[in-house]
Amino acid sequence: MALRHLLTKKPLATQPLGILGFRRVQTFSLPDLPYDYGALEPAISSEIMHLHHQKHHQTYITNYNKALEQLDDAMTKGDASTVVKLQSAIKFNGGGHVNHSIFWKNLAPIHEGGGEPPKGSLGWAIDNNFGSLEALIQKMNAEGAALQGSGWVWLGVDKELNRLIVETTGNQDPLVTKGPSLVPLLGIDVWEHAYYLQYKNVRPDYLKNIWKVMNWKYASEVYDKEFPES
Amino acid sequence: MVVANATTGIASPLKCALTLSQGFQGSTRRLQWRKNERQCARKTGHGVITAKFDLKPPPYPMDALEPHMSRETFEYHWGKHHRAYVDNLNKQIAGTELDGMTLEDIVVVTYNKGDLLPPFNNAAQVWNHDFFWESMKPGGGGKPAGELLDLINRDFGSFEEFVKEFKTAAATQFGSGWAWLVYKANRLEVGNAENPLPLDEDKKLVVVKSPNAVNPLVWDYFPLLTVDVWEHAYYLDYQNRRPDYLSIFMEKLVSWEAVSSRLDSAKARATEREREEERKKNEEEEYGTANSEAVEMYLESDDAVSD
Repeated sequence: MALRHLLTKKPLATQPLGILGFRRVQTFSLPDLPYDYGALEPAISSEIMHLHHQKHHQTYITNYNKALEQLDDAMTKGDASTVVKLQSAIKFNGGGHVNHSIFWKNLAPIHEGGGEPPKGSLGWAIDNNFGSLEALIQKMNAEGAALQGSGWVWLGVDKELNRLIVETTGNQDPLVTKGPSLVPLLGIDVWEHAYYLQYKNVRPDYLKNIWKVMNWKYASEVYDKEFPES
Repeated sequence: MVVANATTGIASPLKCALTLSQGFQGSTRRLQWRKNERQCARKTGHGVITAKFDLKPPPYPMDALEPHMSRETFEYHWGKHHRAYVDNLNKQIAGTELDGMTLEDIVVVTYNKGDLLPPFNNAAQVWNHDFFWESMKPGGGGKPAGELLDLINRDFGSFEEFVKEFKTAAATQFGSGWAWLVYKANRLEVGNAENPLPLDEDKKLVVVKSPNAVNPLVWDYFPLLTVDVWEHAYYLDYQNRRPDYLSIFMEKLVSWEAVSSRLDSAKARATEREREEERKKNEEEEYGTANSEAVEMYLESDDAVSD
């Protein structure tokens, strides 16, 4: 899956497990931002990027690791009810990690190509599926603005039907929860923490401005990887 | 809260945009909601009656909760978010069958057993915010007293345990939503089981959390206290530190007087409801008996004619 290479994995401290001896639990750590915190200004402020990356994303990772360790422990003990109980924390925190890892790559400073429209096969696919890039942007902005509460609005590709789709997911549900053949090309975080310090209650302004730092190059790369022949 | 406005000269006099074909039966609330020709017809006259909800101001000045909740937070939270919910709700219900209902009834009806109708989010958020502002007061916090404290001790073990449970619920609400202390006086209908009157053990205080706009009215609980854990409620003051916001809320902001008086009215309403249900049940039994007798008599007379 395309996401796989995004996940920075590292084995943490070995876990003493009594008579079983020592075992390694695979955990995750915060990926570096591919640009400076202030590099997306004025579209997204340095303060927002700092908190969003260092605090929010880090907290998802911390809680994801915690839940995975508890899961490992429960599975070792054969504790079925705890395994089930942990699923919501794993989905939420794991989803938060997966989604934010994509999100950082979806953005780029203007001087590094942020906001430059997609070229090549993705550009064609957008025209074919939505009529034009402007129509796609309008659709994503409308769906992102209408999303009640916290969540994400996605441009994805259905790799079985070879079709672009726009979807929203609630909270930290990753796009794959809307269909196993969906691959995210770009996701926009519409949690209030993604924009509130700068845009307050005016989510539509945030949505309007984020396209100025959209990294279409990354979206094209993911698309081309799914459809190398096109 | 509901202000009736007589407006004349509106171009489209009748618009029953919301047609609910099923009768709604809230578990014990028994709110009847059908296609209501009478209400629609009422609007076909000369004037159009619209009921409009107002943006209710908080019961204290905007800066009264500083430094725990800033004036700036209030200006956005009340002045923008709460206001938008009110404005959008009024637009959504104008000319529909919901127009003229109480806010509580709109919330329960549009929840539609979890299959939300469009006005639900705005209606519930208006209710939630009114309730939230009144859950706080300047110089709040501390400990409750009297019967409320007794019930908290009984149902949570201690006040400290309650605080822990409430804060945990609020901190672990994944995404936007609310945490609540409620008085639970019902038993939810389960499948084909008869809904019995609540036992004493069913009447207790419970902590629940709810996503986005959902509130415990839709589960037929009596809300006593709430804390808003949408990020807009605390982000300007606490950023990502939701647990700090929750601690301050409990220590400095909660109005235990409000919670106590809500408990009193919840208990009174629960008792009143029980009596009402008892009365209805008796009535139905009498009606049922009378009805079956009538059928029997009809059959007998029918037989008599064919003879």
